Amino acid sequence: MEGLLDLLGLAKSAELLSLSPPGWGMNLLRGLGKSLQIAFGAFGFGLVIGLFGAYGKLYGGPVIRDLLAIYTTVVRAVPELVLILILYFVGTDLINQASEALGYGRVEISGVAAGIWVLGVVQGAYSTEVLRGAILAVPQGQIEAARAFGMPPVMLMRRVTIPAMLSFALPGLANLWLIATKDTALLAVVGFSELTLETRQAASSTRAYFTFFLAAGALYLMVTLMSSALFQLLERRARRGQPSLKGAGR
Amino acid sequence: MMRMIRPMLMPHRLALIGLAVALVVWCALTLRWDWLPKYLPLAMEGLWRTVWLLAASTFLGFLLAVPLGFAQAVGPWYLSTPARVFCTLIRGTPLLLQIWLLYYGLGSVFPQIDGIRDSVLWPYLRQAWPYALLALTLSFAGYEGEVMRGAFAGVNRGQLEAARSFGMPRFTLFRRIWLPQAINNVLPTLGGETILQLKATPLVATITVVEIFAVSSRVRQDTFVIYEPLLLLALVYMVIAGLIALAFRWLENRVPTRRPGN
Repeated sequence: MEGLLDLLGLAKSAELLSLSPPGWGMNLLRGLGKSLQIAFGAFGFGLVIGLFGAYGKLYGGPVIRDLLAIYTTVVRAVPELVLILILYFVGTDLINQASEALGYGRVEISGVAAGIWVLGVVQGAYSTEVLRGAILAVPQGQIEAARAFGMPPVMLMRRVTIPAMLSFALPGLANLWLIATKDTALLAVVGFSELTLETRQAASSTRAYFTFFLAAGALYLMVTLMSSALFQLLERRARRGQPSLKGAGR
Repeated sequence: MMRMIRPMLMPHRLALIGLAVALVVWCALTLRWDWLPKYLPLAMEGLWRTVWLLAASTFLGFLLAVPLGFAQAVGPWYLSTPARVFCTLIRGTPLLLQIWLLYYGLGSVFPQIDGIRDSVLWPYLRQAWPYALLALTLSFAGYEGEVMRGAFAGVNRGQLEAARSFGMPRFTLFRRIWLPQAINNVLPTLGGETILQLKATPLVATITVVEIFAVSSRVRQDTFVIYEPLLLLALVYMVIAGLIALAFRWLENRVPTRRPGN
């Protein structure tokens, strides 16, 4: 193994990436863990916003509908980086004002919580649109049938709408998850030590830029490819029982 | 015209518009804008750089995306596999990482190559914007290459067969039939992708390219005014995004298509 690395001229890179202290491998993995934590939280928070947003857009009153339209349009037209800065400053200001009003003084906000709040609000706008489209794709008769049985709205959502829309929503949600994992890199600009920032620190203190950036790229790519495979499985499960359309267009 | 105005006149919308106007007036009167005249020339320069980077990278990226998409759609395996790998790599890693890889990675390798400091390229290689342009171009090509694959595959087979039966040479067929129809297919997506590309441009501020986002960061650092430059920046991006959307709508309307129903 070592002979092979020597042969390829990669011995130095392997040393730099090793998991024990002279190498920086552990830092990268810790960054990856933080990235995934933020991505997971933001995706979940975005889904909650998206579910309420989609229901608001479909069944809400005219004012709610217009406000949600403004929310989704603005978030999708302004760069994530700008939104992250605005939401970060607004979030910390609001929390500090609240805690000062309660007499606790200024509080330090954890990077992970801030990242989840900031990216979640951005993700919420996109998932609102994805879920709205998916709910619209559910055959109206199914929802009407459930109503005719006298199902209360929440039970209807839990038992009929959500399971039936899942197969339509999953491709869009898979895309959103991939965007969430990649958007965590933007938090490096605000100074959260997630994978990209850890990588940059490792790279600039060892001057081995290519080694570290390529290694981080490989980690991101691994996450992307693995979650694509996972979402394919989930979609197949959500679609079970639906007739295949293969060859139907002919 | 009336069709656009009428929905705006519903009572709740009038109230919302009034609220928005009041908010804008409140922002203009109570927030701090005294830094604006001093930084306006720099902001204009930054705006110009943003627009220029956006235009150049979408144009070059699209030129690169056409062969990438074509190779993936109908190419032999030794062309389609590298194209697919390239698209996966670009779409699977964050753009920020790609930008930093190119700027810091290539930037640290170039000075070690003999003779490059004496070459005519060196003055450019020392600056940040060529790396920014390269990274943005490659990223756009990666995302758009995937879209173009679908577009090339979606062109009606009969059209290509008709062209071939007229004895059209292969390149003329591509230039006159295949490519125009593929572009026609992707026009709506292309508008969205261009807006996504606009939203990617502020990332190049992290490698010292002074575009509009970098200008707003400098205002924040110099004057400690936090919200005003960011709000103005968001407004600027919204206006540019709106203009892009309008331009693509105009472009789509110019292309005659048969719509269902008329």
